[in-house]
Amino acid sequence: MDMQREAYRVEAYDLLAELEISLLELETNSDDMELVDRVFRAMHTIKGSGAMFGFDAIAEFTHDVETVFDRVRDGRIIVTPPLVNLALQARDHIKHMLEYADDPVRLNHEQGAAILKGFRNILENTQPSPEPEAATKPAWEPIFGEHRGAGADKIYRIRFAPHDTLFQNGTNPLALLAELEGLGPCRTMLHLDRLPAPEAFDPESCYLSWDILLTTERSIEAVQDVFIFVEGACDLTIELIEHLESDAQRPVSPRIGEILVARGDLSPEAVDAALQRQQRLGQILVENRQVSAEKVSSALAEQEYVQTARARREQQTTAGSVRVAAEKLDQLVNLVGELVTVQARLNQKAVHSRDPELLGISEVVERLTDELRDNTLSIRMLPIDVTFSKLRRLVRDLSSELGKTILLKTEGGDTELDKTVIEQLNDPLVHILRNSIDHGIETPERRRLAGKPEQGVIRLKAEHSGANVLIHISDDGAGIDPAAIRRKAVEKGLLAPEAERSDKELLQLIFLPGFSTAGTVTNVSGRGVGMDVVKRSLESLRGAIELNSRPAEGTTITLKLPLTLAIIDGLLVEIDTNKYVLPLSSIEECVELSREDLQKTHGRNILNIRGQIVPFVPLRERFAITGQAPVFEQVVINEVAGRRVGIVVDRVIGEHQIVIKTMNSLYKNIPEISGATILGDGTVALILDVQKLLSGIEEEEMAAAG
Amino acid sequence: MSEQKSKTVLHHYLTFKLGEEMFAIDVSQVREILDVTTITKVPRAPEFMRGVINVRGSVVPVVDLRLKFGLSASERTKDTRIVVMEITLDGSLSIIGTLADAVHNVMDIDPTAIEPPPKVGARWNTAFIRGIGKHNDEFIIILNVDRIFSAEELALVRPEGTTVEENRAQTAA
Repeated sequence: MDMQREAYRVEAYDLLAELEISLLELETNSDDMELVDRVFRAMHTIKGSGAMFGFDAIAEFTHDVETVFDRVRDGRIIVTPPLVNLALQARDHIKHMLEYADDPVRLNHEQGAAILKGFRNILENTQPSPEPEAATKPAWEPIFGEHRGAGADKIYRIRFAPHDTLFQNGTNPLALLAELEGLGPCRTMLHLDRLPAPEAFDPESCYLSWDILLTTERSIEAVQDVFIFVEGACDLTIELIEHLESDAQRPVSPRIGEILVARGDLSPEAVDAALQRQQRLGQILVENRQVSAEKVSSALAEQEYVQTARARREQQTTAGSVRVAAEKLDQLVNLVGELVTVQARLNQKAVHSRDPELLGISEVVERLTDELRDNTLSIRMLPIDVTFSKLRRLVRDLSSELGKTILLKTEGGDTELDKTVIEQLNDPLVHILRNSIDHGIETPERRRLAGKPEQGVIRLKAEHSGANVLIHISDDGAGIDPAAIRRKAVEKGLLAPEAERSDKELLQLIFLPGFSTAGTVTNVSGRGVGMDVVKRSLESLRGAIELNSRPAEGTTITLKLPLTLAIIDGLLVEIDTNKYVLPLSSIEECVELSREDLQKTHGRNILNIRGQIVPFVPLRERFAITGQAPVFEQVVINEVAGRRVGIVVDRVIGEHQIVIKTMNSLYKNIPEISGATILGDGTVALILDVQKLLSGIEEEEMAAAG
Repeated sequence: MSEQKSKTVLHHYLTFKLGEEMFAIDVSQVREILDVTTITKVPRAPEFMRGVINVRGSVVPVVDLRLKFGLSASERTKDTRIVVMEITLDGSLSIIGTLADAVHNVMDIDPTAIEPPPKVGARWNTAFIRGIGKHNDEFIIILNVDRIFSAEELALVRPEGTTVEENRAQTAA
């Protein structure tokens, strides 16, 4: 039962999310009946399943809300902004009820009562329903909205044997069959066993009879109606033989003997007797002349028909989607990661052995592993739309609270990102949007004075760019004034008053800890949690943030995120026998550094690459690795936070796709090691965080200088 | 009754040697015992943290308790093993390996034969010791491994600012 309750909870959360989207859309397209329908169905399902799984309070609460939307469906209530508002509040309240289902004391019952009162007021102000529709609905009315309609298929067996005289009253049996086909897919089997010898054949008599299997969602009455005009002129039986939904618990399809018995073509005893003999049942029956070959083939056809219908039905349910626990997925990704490692090892061994057969196997394994990896990672991908829709609500609520009118436009919501990235992206995005709404977009009066339309626009756009996803958040608000930032930074002691900075550099100061430009601390933002937090959380996702702004025109923030966190492309390098991985995404090039070149730098650790000054870090020295450096060292040039910097290593081994393993928290004080990976030979290589390496060195230098 | 029973079950210890001294840890904390493999050194980590190894796809740190206890570093011999254990670190379970000069066996130590660590005259930091047991007239130091890797101890784990000069001096010596 607990599992079912949990399943209900999960489903309800999904429905609530969908409900929110529908309601927000309804606010702008108030006459879209499809949206009304969606809202109603979501409410209906929350109510119905809630009652079923013991969430009685939710079912009760949702009941009135559902009734209101039912009347909206009938056109007796029209959608107004207050109604949508109320419905959104109701949605939030249902969410709270779900969250506090085990702890109802924490729930704000007054709020719930107020919302219900609002709905009852709306109900009282409409005329009572002309026909008491709600009362006549059966209690078990479909609980899951989508199961109505196409879902509840039934199979009817229709045995239609017209009397000889059928033609005489002008009836065309083929027209009846065509009408049946109008109800749903049919399988028709013709019986000719009453056909007389040619000399006795009367062209005005009907010798034909049919067995028809009909799959339809209509009731048995609807099928009977087809034959309404031939009643008395035929032998007709219509039976429901398969209810594809409710019969799901029946383990096997009916056997041919069962079908023949059910049709009355054969007695059960005859079936049993035939079963004694180890031949195919149909064959025996025909040999015994108990039934005609035709009857058997007709029954066989029925068996096949029901089986395929069931199979199709099963396919439909399974082809949709499967809900899998996130931990199971994580485990799968881990296993695939290990497989990738083992495969690399196999590959190494195969190349070493020069055995063509082993090489062949290794190649096949490599291809399969690659496919498995891509597939597994794609399972974890979610469209970013999930996050976008949450933000829609935020924009709506915040802008009305601040008395601003803001339109949120989204683009590229189907762009997919790793689940973990999506989850951790929520907070930074909320923060950025809050800033845009609070500080970016001006009040309507100010916008009017500035010659802008009163309604501000915030655009959210997601797009792919190589192995990254870019998310742009742009507003057409006041923009950020570099002079104001300068004043603020000097005031906070983050910048020397005489320091020379370009406008672009000044904008970057926003990302410094303890920086907040808001003149007044509002309820919304400016609570000391600044852009530095946003920047940090993006960096923890191996992402980056960029800010562009023009005063009076608006601000654009671009987030750059990796597609996945589990596997990256890295450059494997070596110092002495220590192996390190540098993330390939930030590497620009590798250059050679001879001992001669090194002497020319006079210990300043600066290289001249095609006229550009590039500082470098001798990693051997930094990591205190003993031993002698080779005559020719390699400098890996990285681009970090807009600067180029070289990392000097002994050897560059090559590009590798690596599976990231987290380091034990014992090593949390060593930030320049962001993780580890297991190499083909089973040893561990450490992954370097170049940015942290540099900031560590800078801090030490600052401390030494100060 | 049942509680008493479970208590007796808990008094199995894995014994191992560091130098001449016999140590023991609660067997329920031991995951496995491995031969020494390649240990990848982590730069700027304290010396007693020897590095990380691959334990079936997981990256596990290996520490040298001899260094932690102020002895000389472990010499690798054919008896050297890595004892992989589960410890509670910052309230969550963590896997850590420790070098042992030799691993002996699993033995029962009667709780009544375990004495609290001596307040004076101990060569070891008594905070790391749960008690001292006796077996065949030999003293066995029962370690409190969780305590060794506790937050306060880890606060001492800072990147070492080893300079090249010091490093060279070390290699020369």
